[in-house]
Amino acid sequence: MNSSTLVLTLLILALFSYWLGIQRSLKVAGGVSRARLLVSLPRQFGLLTGFWCALPALIVLLLWNAFESQVVDSLLISSFSQDIQALPNSELGLYLNDIKILAENLSAGLSSEGTESEKQQAALYLLNIQNNSAWIRTALILVIAVASVAFVVSRFSMEFRARAELEKIVRWLLLASSGIAILTTLGIILSVLFESIQFFSAVPPWEFLFGTHWSPQTAMRTDQVAGSGAFGAVPLFAGTLLITFIAMLIAVPVGMMTAIYLSQYASAKIRSIAKPMLEILAGVPTVVYGFFAALTVAPFIRDMGSLLGLSVASESALAAGVVMGVMIIPFVSSLSDDAINAVPKALKEGSLGMGATQSETIKLVLLPAALPGIVGAILLAVSRAIGETMIVVMAAGMAANLTANPLDSVTTVTVQIVTLLTGDQEFDSPKTLAAFALGLMLFITTLALNVIALKVVRKYREQYD
Amino acid sequence: MTKQTQTSAELTTTEKVAFSLKKRHRKEKRFQWMGRLAIGFGFMLVLILLTDIFIKAMPAFHQHWVKLEIDYRKDWMKIDSSESVLAGEGSYRTTLKKSIYQMFPEVKDRKQKRSLFALFSTNAEFTIKNYLMENPKVLGKKVDVFVRLDDDIDTYLKSVNMPGEEFSRVNQAQAGWVLELFELKRIEKRWNTSFFLNGDSRDPELAGVKGALTGTLLTMLVTLLLSFPLGVAAALYLEEFAPKNRWTDLIEVNINNLAAVPSIIFGLLGLAVIINMFGLPRSAPLVGGIVLTLMTLPTIIIASRASIKAVPPSIREAALGLGASRMQTAFGHVLPIAMPGILTGTIIGMAQALGETAPLLMIGMVAFIVDIPGGITDPATVLPVQIYLWADSPERAFLAKTSAAILVLLSFLLVMNSIAAFLRKKFEKSL
Repeated sequence: MNSSTLVLTLLILALFSYWLGIQRSLKVAGGVSRARLLVSLPRQFGLLTGFWCALPALIVLLLWNAFESQVVDSLLISSFSQDIQALPNSELGLYLNDIKILAENLSAGLSSEGTESEKQQAALYLLNIQNNSAWIRTALILVIAVASVAFVVSRFSMEFRARAELEKIVRWLLLASSGIAILTTLGIILSVLFESIQFFSAVPPWEFLFGTHWSPQTAMRTDQVAGSGAFGAVPLFAGTLLITFIAMLIAVPVGMMTAIYLSQYASAKIRSIAKPMLEILAGVPTVVYGFFAALTVAPFIRDMGSLLGLSVASESALAAGVVMGVMIIPFVSSLSDDAINAVPKALKEGSLGMGATQSETIKLVLLPAALPGIVGAILLAVSRAIGETMIVVMAAGMAANLTANPLDSVTTVTVQIVTLLTGDQEFDSPKTLAAFALGLMLFITTLALNVIALKVVRKYREQYD
Repeated sequence: MTKQTQTSAELTTTEKVAFSLKKRHRKEKRFQWMGRLAIGFGFMLVLILLTDIFIKAMPAFHQHWVKLEIDYRKDWMKIDSSESVLAGEGSYRTTLKKSIYQMFPEVKDRKQKRSLFALFSTNAEFTIKNYLMENPKVLGKKVDVFVRLDDDIDTYLKSVNMPGEEFSRVNQAQAGWVLELFELKRIEKRWNTSFFLNGDSRDPELAGVKGALTGTLLTMLVTLLLSFPLGVAAALYLEEFAPKNRWTDLIEVNINNLAAVPSIIFGLLGLAVIINMFGLPRSAPLVGGIVLTLMTLPTIIIASRASIKAVPPSIREAALGLGASRMQTAFGHVLPIAMPGILTGTIIGMAQALGETAPLLMIGMVAFIVDIPGGITDPATVLPVQIYLWADSPERAFLAKTSAAILVLLSFLLVMNSIAAFLRKKFEKSL
């Protein structure tokens, strides 16, 4: 059975166990009329039995699937002759792949003529292992499910505390669900870090961090002329910063003025129209902004530029930056709104009472008081802009130019990650690994910005609460 | 009286204020106008964005078909019975070509012939094949069959007022033939149903969103099935059961940080761990769903926690006082009351996942896939990625397709957000 039918079978078995648990508990009690003498409800007996049926078997299934391929590979390798086992890792991997493809063809009924008999034998052996493994897995899972049901049912008695046990299991499940957040973070850090360390063993970190030349196309063969493979990431960092800066020039003033106007001046009617408008801007998928930037804004800016006699690249940093700024407006506005609303009313009323106009109150009292919150908001917005991918992938360029001219084409960290990882990959080339090193930089930067922003905001909140 | 006011050159405070008042009020006005301008800017952008996409999308919903006189001659078809028609035999390409040349006998030159044949979609031979298979009796006869025009010609007809005008990708001879067909009333404008019924294609006149829509539905199904139970369970644990200790703090810090991690990083995680370590298939909705689950979980957990926190403590106390266990209180009383809020958060999270592109590029959902996926392990693509792919295509007709696909995506988002807003209102009323 394959994994999905196995899971389905387990679920059906669990349903059956639920019914079985109820029946068994009623039998232990001696009939439906005496069910109230049980310590727990029959339903709880049933649920407990169901959980016992499904959980251990599912856990074993997961572990089996996670480790199956490695065990099968090592079994297969140990069946090879000595001189093949002595091959370097990459060639051994290729050899293994050949055999896997051959085995697939064999099982699909295709002829395998023309391949070496050694490989054919290995493929047959592999098919054999796979068949056995599938059988053993199915048998093991079913035996575990039945055995655990038998175990829990055998413990049923009048005093059996089914509810307490059930709640313990559910509590563990809840805890495990909340632990997924930690697992995810751990997974991100480990995967990115592991590949980055491999990358830095091929390319020294200082060359990556301070080099000013980026051209990741490495030669596939030694005699190829194309690309020497330079991994100086400074042009990418500069490009990212340039686009982020342009985005902030749009998003911060517009977002803040929107927040101020809506919270201080606007009537309820205007607010009820403007808030959904901001929600539309926030809800538009980034790929739509990317399309808009690449096909509407960029040509527009280029035409305007040529009217003014400027030469504008067709994938200018300005177009990507402006559209990214538009995307971030609602983000800045809602965070600034929170910050302004957190300022105690007494400060505002005091200022107004002293005869200051409303704008003076806002500029001289409210904004300074809300400043830490606003700074936090801007930091979060910067982190958002740095990590934004689709707009820049579609509207910014690929060439790594080191320039501060917004009319030129620049590339960013996220664009390079996408270009390096879409298409053919080999996992040991520095070209692919470079994407993970860039990912590490991105992760560290955004994490640091978020931590600082949250610290700033929290410190500020403590002053007024 | 102070010294200052005694000198005639200096003014009293009241006078100073009175004099500066005009200027200050002007500043006030200016400030207010800046606010209005900011909001107006936002409105303008929304308007431009939506109308731009709408206008670009309009041509994609129509398609031009042309009525060709197809001569199903047996010697051209190289078959002679309706059995072989039903068996799928016959050389339709030759028949199509010869029928077309028969309609335009004045075309002799090979180059001319090629550009005449290019007027029609590459799919035309299958259209005439399907027609014959549905009506096997017409074998050997001359009949009128509607076939699609090529995407360049279709775009040409949509862009010019009158066929025959000049256009970049249509040469003069072609424009002439189109005009001829048009005047013979052989060209017809129809609803573009293939846009909703076809998978992706290299030919813009055949490409549709069905494959991407199915992929999106499968991916969203996986995401929903994983993220909703996990998110609710995590929120319930953190709000109702978690002791205040380091472990709980660690979980909370992690959730808050994950909510701000760029989505592309989740794609790296999916590539390195889910595909390379666990060996799940590339491009599959299963992997996409898992990655999007990890990405949306923080959103769902944070919203669910807020909603659970909003349940009045009196409910818990009443349940506990009547002898319910904490677990029974949580599942039987707190959760049902918090459910509308949790659902709102889930829908918002799902809407986020629906529009997400970057992490799916990393796990290979960017491949060109023609077949409509049948299960969660089949190779598939999703709507936002389809938009990205089409936006990158050089063919002009894909511009309209892309915009139309965006409209489909936006309408899904609109529906989801309206449901979320409705639930939120209901939740606010019930509390």
